[in-house]
Amino acid sequence: MGATEWGVLLLGIAAIAGLNWYFFVAPARGGVTVADDEGSGKVVIAVKGGYDPSLIRVKAGRPLQLVFDRQENNSCSEEIVIPDFGIRTFLPAFKQTTIELTPKAPGRYPFTCGMSMLHGTIVAE
Amino acid sequence: MSSASVAGGRSEKIQIPVSGMTCAACQARVQRALERAPGVTGASVNLMLNSAAVTYDPDVASPQTLVETIRTTGYDARLAPAEQTAFEEQESRDRAHAEEFVDLRRKVIVSGAAGVLAMVLSMPLMSSSSASVAHETHMSRDPFMTWSMQHLSPAVRAVAPWLYEIDPTIITWLLLAITTAVMLWAGRHFYTRAWTAFRHHAADMNTLIAIGTGAAFLYSLVATVVPDFFTSRGVPPDVYYEAIVIIIALILTGNMLEARAKGRTSSALRALVKLQPETARVLRESGGTSAELDIAVTELVQGDVVVMRPGERVPVDGEIISGESGVDESLLTGESLPVRKQPGDRVIGGTINGIGAFRYRATTLGSDSVLAHIVRLMRDAQGSRAPIQALADRVSSVFVPVVMSIAIATFVAWFILAGDGAAIRGFGAAVSVLIIACPCAMGLAVPTAVMVATGKGAEFGILIKGGEALQRAGDVTTVVLDKTGTVTEGNPTVTDLVLAPPSAGGSPVWTSADILRLVAAVEMSSEHPLADAIVRYAREQGVSTNAATSFESHVGRGASGVSDGHTVRIGTSQYLEEAAVSTELLRDAAVDLASLGKTAMFVAIGDALAAVIAVADPIRPTSREAIARMRSMGLTVVMLTGDNQATADAIASQAGIDRVVAGVLPAGKVAEIERLQAAHAVVAMVGDGVNDAPALAQADIGIAIGAGSDVAVEASDITLMRGDLSAVADAIQLSRRTMRTMKQNLFWAFVYNVIGIPIAAGVLFPALGLLLSPILASAAMAFSSVSVVANSLRLRRFRAA
Repeated sequence: MGATEWGVLLLGIAAIAGLNWYFFVAPARGGVTVADDEGSGKVVIAVKGGYDPSLIRVKAGRPLQLVFDRQENNSCSEEIVIPDFGIRTFLPAFKQTTIELTPKAPGRYPFTCGMSMLHGTIVAE
Repeated sequence: MSSASVAGGRSEKIQIPVSGMTCAACQARVQRALERAPGVTGASVNLMLNSAAVTYDPDVASPQTLVETIRTTGYDARLAPAEQTAFEEQESRDRAHAEEFVDLRRKVIVSGAAGVLAMVLSMPLMSSSSASVAHETHMSRDPFMTWSMQHLSPAVRAVAPWLYEIDPTIITWLLLAITTAVMLWAGRHFYTRAWTAFRHHAADMNTLIAIGTGAAFLYSLVATVVPDFFTSRGVPPDVYYEAIVIIIALILTGNMLEARAKGRTSSALRALVKLQPETARVLRESGGTSAELDIAVTELVQGDVVVMRPGERVPVDGEIISGESGVDESLLTGESLPVRKQPGDRVIGGTINGIGAFRYRATTLGSDSVLAHIVRLMRDAQGSRAPIQALADRVSSVFVPVVMSIAIATFVAWFILAGDGAAIRGFGAAVSVLIIACPCAMGLAVPTAVMVATGKGAEFGILIKGGEALQRAGDVTTVVLDKTGTVTEGNPTVTDLVLAPPSAGGSPVWTSADILRLVAAVEMSSEHPLADAIVRYAREQGVSTNAATSFESHVGRGASGVSDGHTVRIGTSQYLEEAAVSTELLRDAAVDLASLGKTAMFVAIGDALAAVIAVADPIRPTSREAIARMRSMGLTVVMLTGDNQATADAIASQAGIDRVVAGVLPAGKVAEIERLQAAHAVVAMVGDGVNDAPALAQADIGIAIGAGSDVAVEASDITLMRGDLSAVADAIQLSRRTMRTMKQNLFWAFVYNVIGIPIAAGVLFPALGLLLSPILASAAMAFSSVSVVANSLRLRRFRAA
């Protein structure tokens, strides 16, 4: 193996490491939003190639209103699935869809798109 | 809109759509009015959403009073009935799929035409550079390219020889223009969506397509603009324009077919939602006379009298007050024969009136109606997940980054391991890996099957709670049937009254009428179905009774009470013997009755045996055939009953059941199911859902039968609208078929990727010289997700045997 081959090999390994870091390790940019304690417990989540915010901190036992604001017509995000609450709902494009739920016990409640590729989490504390 | 749960305690939350609000002042006015209303603990009116979110105490306020409160402010509010929202959701989903389909079709046609043009234009390019050895080795191995070079190129040369006279540079630039246009117009969404996902640290199908075609485009662009970059390194400056255009066209074709097929998976739910008529003809008082008036179903109030003419669809649930007719309930219950309806009978909204005319009083409206219950159940079911999907979900969530890693590794491996021209071949293989990988097939495998199957079930009057219920029902090995109301009609009637011989020790001799009077008096206080039969029989015989002065019931054994000063006992032989009453004189008569499948009850008045009353509950006409079918499906059928062994055996032999557990008290049913489960049987319990709730819950699958109007049987996993055991066989058969479909889908989706990706990467190249072109890879990808949906749609052709 010559220098070029070694170079390509190292670059390849670096690229694989980099992309896996980017998708699996790097924290989602969406960040954290705390549901308003005084208000209705309403959180607006922008749906556009992902969920923004993708991490929602709430108080356990408090009713929560998730407003999914779907800003695209990419069919990948057309459904929202919240398995722990048995919810699978269609989100019309460019519209807001409200889902009400109450995380009774503290814990992490993931939500995904219909094919489990876009991810978000409700953290009840 | 979907409301998943409400706050605990005495507080409920509701969203009420408000119309007519145009400014912040309107909003404030509605909000103030709501906040002042009694029972309201919190109100938040949203001008943008045109809705009010109200928290209220259900003991004081109700959704109706809240609507009234809003209306007093001058704005209009209306409670959206649940089936209406389901309808709207369905409508917007259908509209989205239809729009997607039309948009994709346009793009498919244009990009497809561009693809053919690009293919033809690139023929002269390929043949002009075919002298190059490196090019030859890299292209000729691909089956598709080999074919097109052999067959297409001569044809093009024959039809348009002038094409081969044009300067290849001009053709290349022309191809660049076509490709750029197709990518920017038809393929635009791949790139924009991939980018938005990337910004969220997410990757999906679009990412793969965008990187695959994008890399091929960049490579070709460099080859077109600065060909020296390649030629100076001894690599021919090949371009992949035609491949890019054709890949985009093929993937769009797949998406288009998928959009159409996905729309079909929910056709059953759509059909159900459309059962709800929009208007009703009601009788309303106006100016002293009552007139028939057509009004919207949403305007109906409880107690309205609805006028039904022949052939019309029943608008809402209610109870007939006059007239009679046969009503076709097949769309809801799967029962094919019309059901006779008389005054006092219930009619269900969505069913079709036959040739009679009748009037009925509206009872349940909106979200409480049977149809709304069914639609909600189905919607929940279609949204549920089957446990079998868990693996697919885990794979999907890491799939795209893993495929990208494989693509990079593919290129590196080719570059290092292979010889001449390896960089180009490695590049082509890496692009093929990106294009062939199809995460959508995995994501669609289970949900599409669940959707089609739950819809199909509803057509047969079988409401399946969700994917998990489907999966477990498919594994059932043993079916436990409750006797009364399941195997039998559940409508016991008195058939015999055998008096004790008068020689029974000097006690007064009672006539049949006396005995009936005394027994009925006691049984009036009982809620047992057998007691009901006796009371009914007494009434039919014209015997008048006064309620007993005291009553005591011993579950599963008998009852006692005092009537006209006499202590009356009725129950099993054992029960009377315990009270020191000998039953010997009538024991033979009782055995004879039991052998006919009748339930014999001993009656003692005072301390003396007086009579045996026999009650029979005939088996349903369809039971025998249905049980035979279940056994031919390899299921073990067991009947549970509280009756004595002799009666149970007689019924079982009439119904063709060989395993009977008799003398089971209600609590014993649960124990019996536990016993079967301990012996590794997967048990389906079939009962009427009222008395059997604990047993239904204990079983792996609880099936409530003959629910008819009471569809929301909580304890059951499957609810049968038909009072017919063949529906049990249908349900299990459908579940088995569905599981097979899901497994096929998952197998195909996994195997496709597990085999397709390595082939695209070129693992077969050293041995067989086989390498897939990106074009073939895109065709395979488009085909794979469509085939999964198509396989699920095959369930629509399910026929009950």
